[in-house]
Amino acid sequence: MSSATLSQEHADSDLPPSEPWSNIAEETEAASFGMWLFLGTEVLFFGGLFLSYTIARFLYPQDFLEAARHTDIYLGATNTIVLLTSSLTMVVAVRGADLGARRLVWICLAATAALGALFLTIKGFEYWEDIREHLVPGRGFAVQGFGATLFFSLYWIMTSVHAVHLTVGVILIARLAWLMRSEPLRLPDLPVYGLYWHFVDTVWIFLFPLLYLAGRA
Amino acid sequence: MTDAAIGQGMPKAAEEPRSYLDTESFVSWLTTTDHKRIAVLYAITVTFFFLVGSGAMALIRYELTSPQGNILSDEAYNRLFTLHGVVMVWFFLIPSIPAIFGNFLLPLMIGARDVAFPRLNLASWYLNFIGGLFVLYALLAGGVDTGWTFYTPLSTMFANGNVIAAAVGIFITGFSSIATGINFIATVHLLRTEGMTWFRLPLFVWAMYAVSLVFILATPVLAITLVLIMAERLFGLPVFDPANGGDPLLFQHLFWFYSHPAVYIMILPAMGVVSEVITCFARRQVFGYTFMVFSLVAIAIIGFFVWGHHMFVSGMSSYAGVVFSLISFVVAVPSAIKVFNWTATLYRGQISFESPMLYALGFVGLFTVGGLTGLFLAAIPVDVHVHDTYFIIAHFHYIMVGGSVSALYAALHFWWPKVTGKLYPENWARFAAILMFFGFNFTFFPQFLVGYLGMPRRYHVYPPEFQTLQVMSSTGASVLALAYALPIVYLTWTLFNRDWKAPDNPWGATGLEWQTSSPPPKENFRALPAVHSAPYHYHETGEAPDPRAQDEAEQ
Amino acid sequence: MSGFELLPQQASTQAPQTDLLYLFLVFVSAAIVILIVLLMLVFSIRYRRGSAAPRPELRMLTTREFEIGWTAGALFLALFIFGWTGSVRLSMLAAPENAIEIHVQGKQWMWKIQHPNGIREINALHVPVNEPVRLIMTSEDVIHSFFVPAFRIKEDVVPGLYTQTWFKATETGSQHLFCTQFCGTQHSRMIGEIVVMNHDDYARWLREQPQPGDLAAEGASLFKALGCSGCHIGNSAIRAPSLAGIYGRLVHLSDGRTVTMDDAFIRDCILEPRKNVPAGYDPKMPSFKGEVSDGEILRLTAYIRSLKSTGPSG
Repeated sequence: MSSATLSQEHADSDLPPSEPWSNIAEETEAASFGMWLFLGTEVLFFGGLFLSYTIARFLYPQDFLEAARHTDIYLGATNTIVLLTSSLTMVVAVRGADLGARRLVWICLAATAALGALFLTIKGFEYWEDIREHLVPGRGFAVQGFGATLFFSLYWIMTSVHAVHLTVGVILIARLAWLMRSEPLRLPDLPVYGLYWHFVDTVWIFLFPLLYLAGRA
Repeated sequence: MTDAAIGQGMPKAAEEPRSYLDTESFVSWLTTTDHKRIAVLYAITVTFFFLVGSGAMALIRYELTSPQGNILSDEAYNRLFTLHGVVMVWFFLIPSIPAIFGNFLLPLMIGARDVAFPRLNLASWYLNFIGGLFVLYALLAGGVDTGWTFYTPLSTMFANGNVIAAAVGIFITGFSSIATGINFIATVHLLRTEGMTWFRLPLFVWAMYAVSLVFILATPVLAITLVLIMAERLFGLPVFDPANGGDPLLFQHLFWFYSHPAVYIMILPAMGVVSEVITCFARRQVFGYTFMVFSLVAIAIIGFFVWGHHMFVSGMSSYAGVVFSLISFVVAVPSAIKVFNWTATLYRGQISFESPMLYALGFVGLFTVGGLTGLFLAAIPVDVHVHDTYFIIAHFHYIMVGGSVSALYAALHFWWPKVTGKLYPENWARFAAILMFFGFNFTFFPQFLVGYLGMPRRYHVYPPEFQTLQVMSSTGASVLALAYALPIVYLTWTLFNRDWKAPDNPWGATGLEWQTSSPPPKENFRALPAVHSAPYHYHETGEAPDPRAQDEAEQ
Repeated sequence: MSGFELLPQQASTQAPQTDLLYLFLVFVSAAIVILIVLLMLVFSIRYRRGSAAPRPELRMLTTREFEIGWTAGALFLALFIFGWTGSVRLSMLAAPENAIEIHVQGKQWMWKIQHPNGIREINALHVPVNEPVRLIMTSEDVIHSFFVPAFRIKEDVVPGLYTQTWFKATETGSQHLFCTQFCGTQHSRMIGEIVVMNHDDYARWLREQPQPGDLAAEGASLFKALGCSGCHIGNSAIRAPSLAGIYGRLVHLSDGRTVTMDDAFIRDCILEPRKNVPAGYDPKMPSFKGEVSDGEILRLTAYIRSLKSTGPSG
């Protein structure tokens, strides 16, 4: 990986490697490896939700898809654009770390966190709207049929689990951005944060068609 | 009084390296990133939960001596067996060998100074501890009454106990498993010392690697299943509740997709321990090292495809059932290979019978019985009869208790000198090992019989014709309890006794962990060793033991 | 009388088959355990440290041959046992054609049994000996499990689903019925009995039961009372499919699926009509969720099954 040689040369990487690693390149490789393993576990975590979605849709196809038409596609699409843009800023941040451009790094990290926070705000507004339209299964649920109940049950669960992951990401990235303003670059951190953020984005890329585009042929 | 020190330790250096146990402060233990100290922290919490889970079982076994019960109400009984299952599975068996011995030994066995992510390692202990606090809260607040299997819609729509608190506790501790798994995999990939190739790794390391694969792939599915339970119970968002269109069988598929690999989490580390112990005390290279490695990995992988054998009578498709039956028969084969290979390792050995060896040999016998009864359960017509009866209870206790707990006690005795720097009274240890073997069989063999006779599990009161076998089982359990308690007592006693100092290598074993001091210094080795040979190089020609450590150069 | 038994009584046609498999497995397991234990004992004694037994080096070839040999042997044995037990399972899956149909409803903490002629029992099931009996089961609340050790049968009883099993009792007498899926506080008290009687006694027992009228006749009055006949019979403003003689036939649905019209399908139509809209019809049937009990669904189903091709008489 070219980042290894670059990082070893750069003056900013004065921070010593953590135990038990003997150099930054090793630690970066290890950190990325560890994050890939963690993302593997996350695939299985979300996988259980996607399995439940598939089964519910198979059991009650008509009602399920009919209910899917009640999601707010405009807010969903806007959020998709917001999140994809945040992945762009994250990519720039990671590349900037390779090049030692500390100012670029913390600005892009801050932008990523801000866009993530924007996503959450829009999502929060969307939730408020959903509640007002009685799209929460239970008493007063607005849509008929078992398929609809299951669709919205899964909608709330899947989007909240995704939102929790996003929130954790926003907080950690914002923290890193704050630290990067004054401290030397912690090189092993950037690819790790990047991988996590791209994963959260990828999950949304699956959620969006399943929850917003389904039933809207 | 036989002296357990038979081996050739390293000559003592003029200046003793500081032991990892030397404390600066109590707080330093709670903020440590030293894998050895984290292992000790785990040992404390795992022992505590073992006692809690055993206490629950003591009450249950007493209650079962009479068909109408003695002291407990139905509710109390149901909460006790749930507590027993939850605590023993997630807070005792699953962490036991990997979190204590895996953490302590993995870096030492591969010649590293620590695991790949030391701070993550400490975090994993805290996660386990906090998860345990939630479960203790659930216990003290009145308990959970769903069984450790939490079947829906009972757990989500009908149960009265503290399901959410228990589910949160298990959810949190699941991340402890995942963190450990990530750490171990990265450690084995990236921190092997010079000369330590993959096929020179000790089988215990391979076992930690295989169990870590299962940790990271299976545990997340449990986590999301618990999230779905909480969503349904707490927020009324139905997924499993048929009254709202949900599917109760979906819960079972998701739950067992994790929980079957979970049982392999509980046995793979034990198999690793047994390989280390038998080779050392038989003074032989393990028979068929390559097959042993592949069988560990095969068990881990094939174990992901058999979950449906818990659901033969659930209403699942019978044709799916037949497929699960086939794969369940196939998964028995790698375990059989291991049993044959351990037995063959004894052939032409130079066998001695110290207590770790007694526990390990006991493991082979008890695991063989438990594993063979797995064939009974893979056979659908037999399973239809014995599912959810005491036969199942006996089957899994033979493996998890006769197997894993015996291996845990073998590990405790084998590595006690290394971890604590102390020896222990060998005669007491041998007595406890033999007592355990007999107490165990006395407790659980009658359960096979009463199960086939038709006594269901989770029964507080039962028809009187089952009483004789239940009383036998409870009697055995008292013996077993004594056998488990004895080592805890004398091992703790050695900690406070100055006279039992251990040499570096009391057993004359060949692993890298034995080539450093007992206990090791904080940085594990003064200089990182370089490896020159395969593990278990005990004797070439077989006539006299001539162990060569892995880092010893060829003469 | 109650000596020390190892096997429960064999009281059904399934029991000897299960016991044969079990005993075979016991025999094989015992042989393997004895072999392993003997080998361990012999090796432990002969090759104890310091003993005089010769210990030449093992050749790689011998090692490999043994490895492959016992791996293949274990695999063959495993597949053989699978083949035998799998085929026994598949052959015993389907109940014989002429089986008596009994409906079972589990609920916390009792068993409710319905005979086809409407006779009801609680925690007991009377059956004639040597006649196949098919059990169609569901639960009203949580998952239970219907277990009769003497028959070697067991099947879970699940809310929202129908599950089935069958038996043919071969001995008269009373057998334990246990609930064997943990179902809450009184799980261990959810015990019943299966009373197997010879034909004369059974016939007498049947006559002695209160006769509430058969299920299908009750279903007919429900069909009218609930308003089903309003759409499903004759000329009505709302076009609804005729139910004459359709039980067991294939139905084409508007979402493209083709399904069999069976008990589960009828249940879904009553509770979740929008799930199974027949091709060519509008989804106008209202849901009767909360208005009909499981028992009433049973009766309506029995009525619909009884409808011949000539159509109901109203």
